[in-house]
Amino acid sequence: MRRLVVLGLALAAAAIPAMAGEVRAPASLLSPDLRALQDDPSRHPGWLWVDGGEALWREAPRSGRPSCQGCHGPIDGMRGVAARYPAVASDGRLLNLETRIERCRTDNQQAPAFGYESEALLSLTAAIALRSRGLPVAVETEGAAAPHLAAGKRFYETRQGQLNLSCGQCHDENVGRRLRGDVISSGVGTGFPAYRLEWNTLGSLHRRLRACSLGVRATQLPYGAYDYVALELYLAARARGLPVESPGIRR
Amino acid sequence: MASASIPARITMPAEARRGEIIEIRVLVRHAMDRAIDAPGLTPVPRKIIHTLRVTYDGAEILHMDLSPGIAANPYVAFTTVATATGEVVFEWLEDGGAVYERRQMLTVT
Amino acid sequence: MTRPDRRSGLTRRAALATSAAALFPATTTAKAQTAPRETLALVERTVLAGRTPLAAGVTLDMPTLSENGNSVDLTIRIDSPMSGEDHVTAIHVLAEKNPFPRVATFRIGPRAGRAEVGTRIRLAETQTIVVLAETSRGTVHRGAREVIVILGACVDGG
Repeated sequence: MRRLVVLGLALAAAAIPAMAGEVRAPASLLSPDLRALQDDPSRHPGWLWVDGGEALWREAPRSGRPSCQGCHGPIDGMRGVAARYPAVASDGRLLNLETRIERCRTDNQQAPAFGYESEALLSLTAAIALRSRGLPVAVETEGAAAPHLAAGKRFYETRQGQLNLSCGQCHDENVGRRLRGDVISSGVGTGFPAYRLEWNTLGSLHRRLRACSLGVRATQLPYGAYDYVALELYLAARARGLPVESPGIRR
Repeated sequence: MASASIPARITMPAEARRGEIIEIRVLVRHAMDRAIDAPGLTPVPRKIIHTLRVTYDGAEILHMDLSPGIAANPYVAFTTVATATGEVVFEWLEDGGAVYERRQMLTVT
Repeated sequence: MTRPDRRSGLTRRAALATSAAALFPATTTAKAQTAPRETLALVERTVLAGRTPLAAGVTLDMPTLSENGNSVDLTIRIDSPMSGEDHVTAIHVLAEKNPFPRVATFRIGPRAGRAEVGTRIRLAETQTIVVLAETSRGTVHRGAREVIVILGACVDGG
């Protein structure tokens, strides 16, 4: 009987639907234990990748070009950078933090790309994103970014997959409700790369988006696909003002 | 016995007073692959850290047997009495024989 | 009236069943791993080795409800002076319904100062966690805690 009561209370507490238009910080939907874990570097597994990324930042590539530190200085100088991504590069291409790092890797360091979702890229992304932790998301959505924002918004609002669901149907209309043992978030992605308990490892936002695509039985796009990056920009616009939580803890 | 390096995070004070009980927290990067052998799935052999051994100034202060029931990227917290300035040595033993090691100095005043 | 030859009939049926089982072994479901080799009861009996445990002195700090069984926090505290004459020597953590009930064993001594250890465990489903703490005096303390697990670990295919 007590088991049912505890279960009922826990489920009821989680099922607090958001008001239309309200975008909730993902940390607010974590249990107190997971929220405490997210804020504890001595226990948060994501810090193992942060440590790796900080070491990589100082490592010069075999090409003879400088390490990240050689051009950018100590990694603490990356404060605020992740909060501004995705961003439009000078050649007009929309880049997220991962593809921005890879571009630097190949163009400036003249070294082979790490590969999306590789341990190296995850580590560097986590270490750089950490330097924006607590800062408000502040992406540029005007000018060159405007058409990309529109593309992302279109993707968000389009019904997809065999289940024929749009992102908004879960992430606007059913925030706080339970689905498959998890709680539906506002889908803002402010905690990525995140240590997801289901993965037992750290993963990127694109990995999470691919899981979403699978969830509605839509085609999973490749890592780094334009549609996902444009969507990222739209999600970041929705999250404007919310604090960066990277590296996050997620179920 | 060759000791390799492994990503790990050790949280413990750098200094302590003699007789003080300090807390040591250890986090290590390991998938703790439990064996998967079910119909329709690619078989995955078990590969876990099966032992964590900690010595302080040469004496063993913790010996932990781990199983596939320990969560991935194992976290362990324990205590020890600060006795003398010395090295705290952490050894992780993996299925297959690999041994990973980390060392951290504790100064006791 | 002849008696029906039931004995040989059963024997034949039993023999057929045995050979059928040999040809078509029971398949495991995708959810469960191979059947547990050791039960919690057997492991407890082995650890106790004839001693009767004291149902006191063990504090098991765990959430009552875990949303995801892949990582469940656990802190154990045992009442003990941790002196040379009277200290905890081993802390066993057992999980009733995991594929392997033996989750971990911590071996400590007087140098610990306190009998307090923490870790993170995987739970396959809602179940009871049992802690057995052995002392240098030859006693064993026992504590148990039930944890509700919403999404279990050990479920493959995702």
